[in-house]
Amino acid sequence: MSAYIVRRLLYAIPILIGVNLITFVLFFVVNSPDDMARMQLGDKRVTEEAIQAWKADHGYDRPLLFNAEAEGLGALTDTIFFQKSVKLFALNFGTSDSGRDIGYDIRQRMWPSLAIALPVLLVGLAINISYALMIVFFRATYIDVGSVVLLVAMMSISGLFYIISGQFLIGKLFHLVPISGYDIGLEAFKFLILPVIVGVVSGIGTGTRLYRTFFLEEINRDYVRTARAKGLRERIVLFRHVLKNALIPILTGVVAVLPLLFMGALITESFFGIPGLGSYTIDAINRQDFSIVRAMVFLGSVLYILGLILTDISYTMVDPRVRLS
Amino acid sequence: MAKAATRPWPPLGALCSRLLTPALACLTVVLLAGCGAPPWNNPYPEGQAGENILYGAFTERPKHLDPVRSYSSNEYSFIAQIYEPPLQYHFLKRPYTLVPLTAEAVPEPTHLDADGNPLPADADPERIAVTEYLVRIQPGIRYQPHPAFAQDADGRYRYHDLSPAQIAGLNELSDLPETGSRELTAEDYVYQIKRLAVPWLHSPIAGLMGEHILGFEAFSERIREAAPEPVGGERPFFDLRRYDFPGVEVVDRYSYKVRIDGRYPQFVYWLAMPFFAPMPWEAEALTSQPGMADNNITLDWYPVGTGPFMLTENNPNLRMVLARNPNFHGETYPAEGMPGDREAGLLEAAGEPLPFIDRAVYSLEKESIPYWNKFLQGYYDTSGISSDAFDQAVKFDAAGEAGLTADMREKGIQLSTAVQTSIWYMGFNMEDDVVGGDSERARLLRQAISIAVDFGEFISIFANGRGVQGQGPLPPGIFGHREGEAGINPYVFDWEHGRPQRKPIEEARALLAQAGYRDGRDPETGRPLSIYYEAMDAGPDGKARLNWMRKQFAKLGIELIVRATDYNRFQEKMREGTGQVFMWGWNADYPDPENFFFLLYGPNRKIDGGENAANYSNPELDRLFERMKNMPDGPERQAVIDRMTEIVRHDTPWSFGFYPESFSLHHQWVENVKPNLMANNTLKYLSLEPGIREDKRAAWNPPVLWPIAAVVLVLVLGALPAIVIARRRERSAAL
Repeated sequence: MSAYIVRRLLYAIPILIGVNLITFVLFFVVNSPDDMARMQLGDKRVTEEAIQAWKADHGYDRPLLFNAEAEGLGALTDTIFFQKSVKLFALNFGTSDSGRDIGYDIRQRMWPSLAIALPVLLVGLAINISYALMIVFFRATYIDVGSVVLLVAMMSISGLFYIISGQFLIGKLFHLVPISGYDIGLEAFKFLILPVIVGVVSGIGTGTRLYRTFFLEEINRDYVRTARAKGLRERIVLFRHVLKNALIPILTGVVAVLPLLFMGALITESFFGIPGLGSYTIDAINRQDFSIVRAMVFLGSVLYILGLILTDISYTMVDPRVRLS
Repeated sequence: MAKAATRPWPPLGALCSRLLTPALACLTVVLLAGCGAPPWNNPYPEGQAGENILYGAFTERPKHLDPVRSYSSNEYSFIAQIYEPPLQYHFLKRPYTLVPLTAEAVPEPTHLDADGNPLPADADPERIAVTEYLVRIQPGIRYQPHPAFAQDADGRYRYHDLSPAQIAGLNELSDLPETGSRELTAEDYVYQIKRLAVPWLHSPIAGLMGEHILGFEAFSERIREAAPEPVGGERPFFDLRRYDFPGVEVVDRYSYKVRIDGRYPQFVYWLAMPFFAPMPWEAEALTSQPGMADNNITLDWYPVGTGPFMLTENNPNLRMVLARNPNFHGETYPAEGMPGDREAGLLEAAGEPLPFIDRAVYSLEKESIPYWNKFLQGYYDTSGISSDAFDQAVKFDAAGEAGLTADMREKGIQLSTAVQTSIWYMGFNMEDDVVGGDSERARLLRQAISIAVDFGEFISIFANGRGVQGQGPLPPGIFGHREGEAGINPYVFDWEHGRPQRKPIEEARALLAQAGYRDGRDPETGRPLSIYYEAMDAGPDGKARLNWMRKQFAKLGIELIVRATDYNRFQEKMREGTGQVFMWGWNADYPDPENFFFLLYGPNRKIDGGENAANYSNPELDRLFERMKNMPDGPERQAVIDRMTEIVRHDTPWSFGFYPESFSLHHQWVENVKPNLMANNTLKYLSLEPGIREDKRAAWNPPVLWPIAAVVLVLVLGALPAIVIARRRERSAAL
């Protein structure tokens, strides 16, 4: 297995270079270093000299990808792309274009993201699995049909609608929790209730439908038929046999997203005023802060690759038939 | 049939009730524990109840808190409470009046000839080589407690020589526990003016000050040459006290001089802006140590000042907190105001020491909906009015006067309105072959378009009525602006029934015909004249505005081709002068007509690197501008401004769109609210009645518990048929 992991990690290097290159190209197609300087220096009374000075101070006075004036390897290394990218591979994110230590900001802001993402994941899993099991238990009844209609409707509604409705009903009309905001320590609890409820409810449609499919796939297998033939009650068949086997794709799917929980939820964090990594990324895009954007995209890619490796490993753990080679 | 060897399962109903009861109990406990005492939706700690704290919000993280760089209103709303320039605007008086803040008096300019000899006040401007401002500051003003001032028993600065290991352990300024203070001196003001010239600090006004402060640019060059190179991306402390230049001079401990090349009467307004606030060298020495910037300890993050407040929490991703500066000098609430201020209760606190509040807590609120709802719940003391909430908050009476809706009045909310010292205009690129130039044909075309584009309608549709149609480049509140019939733009408006009335569209068509574009058709092609409109409304929100603009031009038969783009590309087109027609705005730096007319001054054209986006140039206007900018306010200056306004109206490089109007709301427990669009340091004047706020919050936010019971009931009722079916199935399976 270790050889497999090492190989996968080596595969990750060209992927990360590619992701970094695409991010770089996309960003600079929309923004030029001059635009970035103007954004940082403000709109009023900015002189050309000030823009050039800002670019020089922040390393944006080089060519983007290829330095025709440099010799040898310098043609590739004396460029904005190389200078801004190479440190990322040592997970040194450097400073943002406004001068903040990105690594420190990420360490600070991942906790609020996790504070929402983890409960949403765990509570959502529990509810979705339970609901999916119940639907499967009552398959081919009005409960099944009604639930599927409800789930499709829930899937079709925009996440923003859940957020605004949640804030309106629970925060504004019923005065049960703060509409938005965040705090540190235990004070954070009251701010998390609403986003977690919204996160869970908005995920029920997709999650339950998916898990229902997993369960239905299992329920038609031979071992289930055998269990029933043995005279086991339907409930026991479901909980003891179907659930156990259907959990394999569920859990491996969860493992894949675990590292990405750090990255935060873009819209949720913005609407609820949660200072997580999702809002960090959105703010950076709005401020044209390339240093943060590339750091967050790079981190997201690393975590995604990590998640896929963990998924593969988890397969071997939950299903002894699977071997990594 | 063999029975399965399994543990016996409880009946389904019992299982459900066994699980449901503890789950409900847990939910109740969690909700109660999480929410504490009512109101449950209070976003602030219970310990703050009844405290003299102002609660507000900010929608965007301030980019800079260093006064050398900060130049936007969202940044000023913080640093103007902390840093104290020598002057400020009187809180109540209108027109906006400069008064001393830390200075003893508003400095009077002294004019000198080329030999340094003083000249009389009415000296020939040609003879004035240098203008000198002597600023005397009040003694006894002290800085807020700050680690930069902390000294040990031997008088050595406690934190100015930290080891790399010590610095590596710092994450916040509060990790340096000891603080100190010292008296404000003239040297600190001079130090800050020198900082404006430091190339790597990127002050946005460095270019402008280079044109006016004597020797500023040469000083900047000297610094560039003398400063040590950055080490690891950080610039070591460079002590500016060791370098002098003729533009500034410390006269004594409490006095300093600023010397202006020639004349620049508007300079005195800059002395009321944070750019000219004092900066203690100790703060820069502390934060310039290697490794400090890497650990986010910079002057851009931790301001240090003498003002009524100090920044005690700077987490712009969550909250920023200003707390009363214990060392604040004794400023008092103004005793004079305008007619009506006394009746409005704005002079009740006259002579009382400032500030009135102990703390101001600003929370990050990016979205307008939660911001507005929390204001209505009493959790924010003041609020603007977003377009979404406008109809809920404001209604206009038959006379067009804005007032609050019944709901707002019932809550005791109060409305403050003020026309901003800003203008939104539609500019014509005077370099363009069709709409630009000084030909009669182009001028008539511009005038026709100015009549056709109905900004009254624009204000009504897109700004909820928050604006006044523009009649010239100067908005109300700026010297030179004329009200009433004398103030209307006669090329676009008529005076009817005591108010300006836009000329009928037929007049615009007639002008267009005179210009050679009968029915809006280009005589060369016979097809409708095409005009390109540069828009920065590339998003979906801008579509309605762009459609509206197309319709305005269509009234004349002109085809408007919209070139929508992002703001970066828009600016680029403006700089290159490739646009044809566009809309842009300007917000005054200071209340002087020079700050608007310079946008139309020939040498200041955008294509030459200036701010004149229309690239307009009229020799007579340029001459009058040169004269007007150096004149004191008075009838003579008014006459010059009238002539300049007439030239601009006639030439029509701009269609004077509208002067935006700001609407803001505050709760009944907030006092001393008077919009002041030039002053940024008004937090110190606000006072609160926290008791009323607590009562209202409790009354407005009682927790409504029946929905929880209803949800539980629905779940239980929904579960019952399922349980019944399940039981039936189990029984049938057992058969």
